[in-house]
Amino acid sequence: MAEVSLQGEQRVFMTGNEVVAWAAVAAKVDIMYGYPITPQNEIMHYWTRLAPKYGKRFLQTEDEISAGFTMLGGVMTGRKAFTATAGPGNVLMQESCVMAEMMRLPAVYVIQQRGGPSTATVIYAQQETTLTCFGGNGEGHRIVYSTATHQELFDYTIKAFNAAWTYRFPSFVLGDGYQAKMREPLTIYDAESKGVKLVPTEPMVGEFKPGKQFKHLRNTYNTEEELYEVVMANQRDWDAMAPKVVEWYEKDCQDADVVFVCHGVVSRAAMGALDELRAQGKKVGLFRPITVRPFPEKQLADAVKNAKKVLVAESAYGQLLKMVQVAICGGKAEIVPMLRPGIGITTEELVEEYNKL
Amino acid sequence: MQELKENNVLQPAMPKSWNEETKPHKFCPGCGHGIILKAVGEVIDELGIQDKIVFGCDIGCSLLSWDFFACDSVQTHHGRTTPVITGMKRANTDIIGIAYMGDGGGYAIGSQHLFNAAVRGEKITIILCNNCNYGMTGGQMAPTTLPGMKTETSPYGRDVEQTGYPTKGPEMVAAVAPEGAYVARGTIANVRQLKGFIKKALENQMAGNGISFVECLSSCPTNWRTNAKQTWEFVEKDMAQYFKVGELRTPQAKEGK
Repeated sequence: MAEVSLQGEQRVFMTGNEVVAWAAVAAKVDIMYGYPITPQNEIMHYWTRLAPKYGKRFLQTEDEISAGFTMLGGVMTGRKAFTATAGPGNVLMQESCVMAEMMRLPAVYVIQQRGGPSTATVIYAQQETTLTCFGGNGEGHRIVYSTATHQELFDYTIKAFNAAWTYRFPSFVLGDGYQAKMREPLTIYDAESKGVKLVPTEPMVGEFKPGKQFKHLRNTYNTEEELYEVVMANQRDWDAMAPKVVEWYEKDCQDADVVFVCHGVVSRAAMGALDELRAQGKKVGLFRPITVRPFPEKQLADAVKNAKKVLVAESAYGQLLKMVQVAICGGKAEIVPMLRPGIGITTEELVEEYNKL
Repeated sequence: MQELKENNVLQPAMPKSWNEETKPHKFCPGCGHGIILKAVGEVIDELGIQDKIVFGCDIGCSLLSWDFFACDSVQTHHGRTTPVITGMKRANTDIIGIAYMGDGGGYAIGSQHLFNAAVRGEKITIILCNNCNYGMTGGQMAPTTLPGMKTETSPYGRDVEQTGYPTKGPEMVAAVAPEGAYVARGTIANVRQLKGFIKKALENQMAGNGISFVECLSSCPTNWRTNAKQTWEFVEKDMAQYFKVGELRTPQAKEGK
């Protein structure tokens, strides 16, 4: 007998990949489509173990292109669906991501970033930030949540499904290999009994009711003007949505001389650095975009308006940095980059970097 | 519904499942797509499945069919119609999914999807129009271009030493699909037979047996640069000589083995 959902609330000690699989159960996802790539494999491993118990489905496809497009087929029939990938797989999935952008399909992608370019490492990086936000031929009409803790992986995976089905833009959970593979405690819960409303789905095609209007979904336009109208309508929707979904975290910024800016798991090291430096009486702050797309530009500009320096730390060579530069362009704070492609950043290293300023 | 008799002459009926607003259709004069899609439309009518159909079309000339039917339809990317329809059918087994594509979409850019959908025995119907070239992009060599045939990217004729032999799609699908498959190759030169194949292919999906695949030999006079007589000769003789018309797999035959 299939259980309807995760019951109540449980304190657990899990890897991030397992957390994502449980979050998908909590979000009442119907089907996952996937293709093996490290470091996201265990999302599929746990899903395939959980799925039969909860009356859910899984399809292992021939590649990530297919995983992306089968998922789009699934959501078009009004089923809650997702996929997960990393690195070169994320590259292959971009083709489906842009179709989802243009056709306003509520697709959900979980990205566990690995080192790049190309095959590189299966371990960790933040080098898929630009790709996940702006990959493909288009304008980046996407919602991208960059998580830092396992609790956030759980919460934001559920939120990604809600955002996708509310706004009809593809939504991403941007994790990484460290988050995927490490274990930590968190609380998993049944969304609705915790007051998290799950956004209902609806079919775009394949609904059988008498006298229905047939739908012709397309992604092809005859003239530049016709295309322009569609893209601009999407842009207007995206602009109207952005203030409603944008999320950030800031601490001690208003009186800070130096503000750390980082996203994802790096912001945990920054939290440590902040505590350490504040204890020494140093005026430091932390700003962390949770949605890297839409980027909290105004909020960042406000957070650093009194700062002398902004220390941007990321495990990539300037992907977050560019977003920060755009957001605070014209401000008086000097931007100091700390760029470590494919390498983790520790509290000690951040403190050291601060001391060099 | 149109009047069948006009000026006391019996007019051919337009299938009910056709979207009248988009007729006349957008294909070139002499193109085979319209003939294939008429057979598809008549079969949908005869089986009474207009409400259950989700028709997916690929990129290339087949995309011109995105609003061809009065059925739910979706136009996808080049080669990706097979996975889109697969994903739909996996998520909702009540639909009847048709993936409609050309030879480029099925045998080149989407060949990994076709092959693997066949191996998995996806319970969908794939209808592939084989016209020996890439029509929409201006007549380049396709996987199905015949040996020696001139195209924009084989201007001196297809050299099999360099580019191999034309892909035999139904043979490939028939070789790898599990039991329950229906596989056939029809031709616009024999519409009655083609329609029968398409009907069996949809019935096979409705019975939940396995994958159903029909390749349709078709015409492209615009890019072949052929007149009516030459076009028909090419479809009837040249193509049929290389691509054997008939059924390759039926679920019954397989069970009888």
